[in-house]
Amino acid sequence: MQVSKLLDLYGREGLSPGHSACQGCGATIAVRQVLLAAEPPYIVVSPTGCLEVISTPYPYTAWRVPWVHVAFENAAAVASGIEAALRVLERKGLGRRHKIIVIGGDGGTFDIGLQAISGAFERGHDLLYVCYDNEAYMNTGIQRSAATPIGSVTTTTPAGKRERKKDIVSILVSHGSPYVATASPHLWKDLANKVRKAQSIEGPTFLHIVAPCPRGWYYDSSLTIKIAKLAVETRVFPIYEVENGKYRINYLISRPRPVEEYLRLQSRFAYLLRPENAALLEEFKRWVEERWNQLLKLAAAFPP
Amino acid sequence: MSRRPELLIPIVFEAGNTSLRKVANWRSNRPVIERRLCTNCLICWIYCPEPAIYMDNAGNVQIDYDHCKGCGICAEECPRKAIKMVMENV
Amino acid sequence: MYSLTSSRLMTGNEAVAYAVKQADVDFISAYPITPQTIIVERLSEYVSSGEVDAEFVPVESEHSALSACIGASLTGARVFTSTSSQGLALMHEVMYIASGLRCPIVMAVANRALSAPLNIHGDHSDIMGSRDSGWVLIFAENPQEVYDYIIQAFRLAEHPEVLLPVAVNLDGFTVSHSSEPVAVLEDAVVRSYLPRNPRPRLEYEEPSSFGVFALPSHYFEFKVEQERVLRRAGELVEEISRAYPNSHGRLVKLSKFNEDGRIAVICMGGTTGTVRHALKHHGLEDFSLISLKLFSPFPGKELLEALSEAEGVVVMDRATSPGAALPPLASNVAATLYEGGVSLPLLSVVYGLGGREPTLKMVLEMLDKAEERLRARGRAVSRMYLGYGGGVA
Repeated sequence: MQVSKLLDLYGREGLSPGHSACQGCGATIAVRQVLLAAEPPYIVVSPTGCLEVISTPYPYTAWRVPWVHVAFENAAAVASGIEAALRVLERKGLGRRHKIIVIGGDGGTFDIGLQAISGAFERGHDLLYVCYDNEAYMNTGIQRSAATPIGSVTTTTPAGKRERKKDIVSILVSHGSPYVATASPHLWKDLANKVRKAQSIEGPTFLHIVAPCPRGWYYDSSLTIKIAKLAVETRVFPIYEVENGKYRINYLISRPRPVEEYLRLQSRFAYLLRPENAALLEEFKRWVEERWNQLLKLAAAFPP
Repeated sequence: MSRRPELLIPIVFEAGNTSLRKVANWRSNRPVIERRLCTNCLICWIYCPEPAIYMDNAGNVQIDYDHCKGCGICAEECPRKAIKMVMENV
Repeated sequence: MYSLTSSRLMTGNEAVAYAVKQADVDFISAYPITPQTIIVERLSEYVSSGEVDAEFVPVESEHSALSACIGASLTGARVFTSTSSQGLALMHEVMYIASGLRCPIVMAVANRALSAPLNIHGDHSDIMGSRDSGWVLIFAENPQEVYDYIIQAFRLAEHPEVLLPVAVNLDGFTVSHSSEPVAVLEDAVVRSYLPRNPRPRLEYEEPSSFGVFALPSHYFEFKVEQERVLRRAGELVEEISRAYPNSHGRLVKLSKFNEDGRIAVICMGGTTGTVRHALKHHGLEDFSLISLKLFSPFPGKELLEALSEAEGVVVMDRATSPGAALPPLASNVAATLYEGGVSLPLLSVVYGLGGREPTLKMVLEMLDKAEERLRARGRAVSRMYLGYGGGVA
């Protein structure tokens, strides 16, 4: 069922308050929205990361739904096990199938967990993998990950990252996933309906969500949604979906706002914006432009 | 039977029990809803990271001050500018 | 009471797969590695032919194999995996989590040497690297024991007072690939021996959180509790094995041969058979053999009883602990003796690394020198590498 208004989601909370997320945490907004949209019965699997640490300080848990964390690099493998085991238990009358939702950060997805994700997607398990992308290892104190964009300062890239962000969506499309999409928490309806759509499709599906982090991106905690919006409107984070290899750009940004509007609000880009680093800024802009143009070409070549 | 309280196992059986933890002392500014302007549209609720916003029985949006950390997203995003951030008296 | 079908000629690996099939396992996840591979090949055949109603998840690494097993186990499923050597080393991180999350997973380890240099042959270095991971560790001597212990491992692991993973070890090649007649139980008998006990599981209607983090205020208690439960698993071995339908195949913590021998030889795994043969057929009445089946939890009390009349002890380790005071089995024996206030001369023998199988001749030479070594050094520890440099070093 399509989500059209907020009352469609109200009262379906999967996360309780009282968790330890920072003020203005974008990841928890994204996760809340995913769970509000998700159709039961489901089980959530998380790799190690901010989400795991902020939600389950024993003897407490913020999870109002069944949840499991095993380690950092293996959430997709754990999810594979749950999915397959419930299939046989249902067959034997010893349990029932659940929908499986993996929710991990960019470290557990782009970097250390990629092998297990690749395995799970290649084997075709019926699960939804959600990556909340805050573009660095925030849990350990803001170290660069493969998701950190070019020019961003982290504690391990004190002079700004030199490499481009890994294109995780293309990697999963290449695995033959029937549904891979991006989303932003400011577009809650789009996000919610993408969760529903992904869950309705048999097989491994992927949702990549931009999750601004006030602590690691160095901005005022009240601006999380604003920054997510700017990421989309500057084409830094395009909102699109790939269904069976067919590309659809959900928010066609015909007149993008200047990238600087997005960068200026975040002190992680202060170094990038210095006059002497103009070349690095140009490279950032080139990255945004090339990716957008590539997306337009893909959407034209493989229309829905 | 799935519960085994006699076993000391690192499992939390009480789902969502972080709601028993008060995180109000994280807050330096508190959101205050101006009733006159609020349309109970729930935009503040969908963007709240906690969630520390709920609807009361009369359908009015309320702040859960035990769990609000005072991030200010609700005030920033309210389409009617019906939420003001007010400094806490320390 | 029990009914046995006719014996089947099986290798250790085939005995594992057959026992797992009869155990009505729900979930198997594994990755190929020599010398364990045949276990997963057989199980894949059983699953694909419908002889066992299970899901076989052929993962992309051993790390993922055990991770998938944890996920599956937390749904309440009966779960099996197997590995060797580098595969077990890759699982190392996840092994601690399997025991910490109290997952009753059963794993067969076809023991193999660790690289470098790369070597596919048998020794116990792989499992000894994970000896502190909180698993129940059982060592089988031959395919028959492998078969019997795998079935009993499920019963022990899933005992409501235990809920811990169990690894059944079989020496790579000498046990994993050697064929012997194995007496197998009827399928129905195995099924009734392995009832399904409810345990905490992932279910939407009973939402629990598994794998939470514990601060210094709680972590210590969890770990001490886990140790207590592992000890409890040792106490329950007798109960679960007494119920095992084939009385000849009951899991014991240790078995003795030549009880009156003055010098006790302690050994685990396939080499036990060679030592027993030496004692039996070469009139070595001065020696007794203690075949240790349960390595963790270490059966200290039973070992002290078994050693009550001994005048010396030879401990055979198929692994080294570089830099440690003694190799793994010898250090456990020495600590047990010390705890029991027993002062016995101890000869620590390291043998068989990387598949250098101790022949009967080598064992006889070892026993021949053992007495001299034990006497010469008095009440102290002496060391020997059996088979090193082509002989006894």
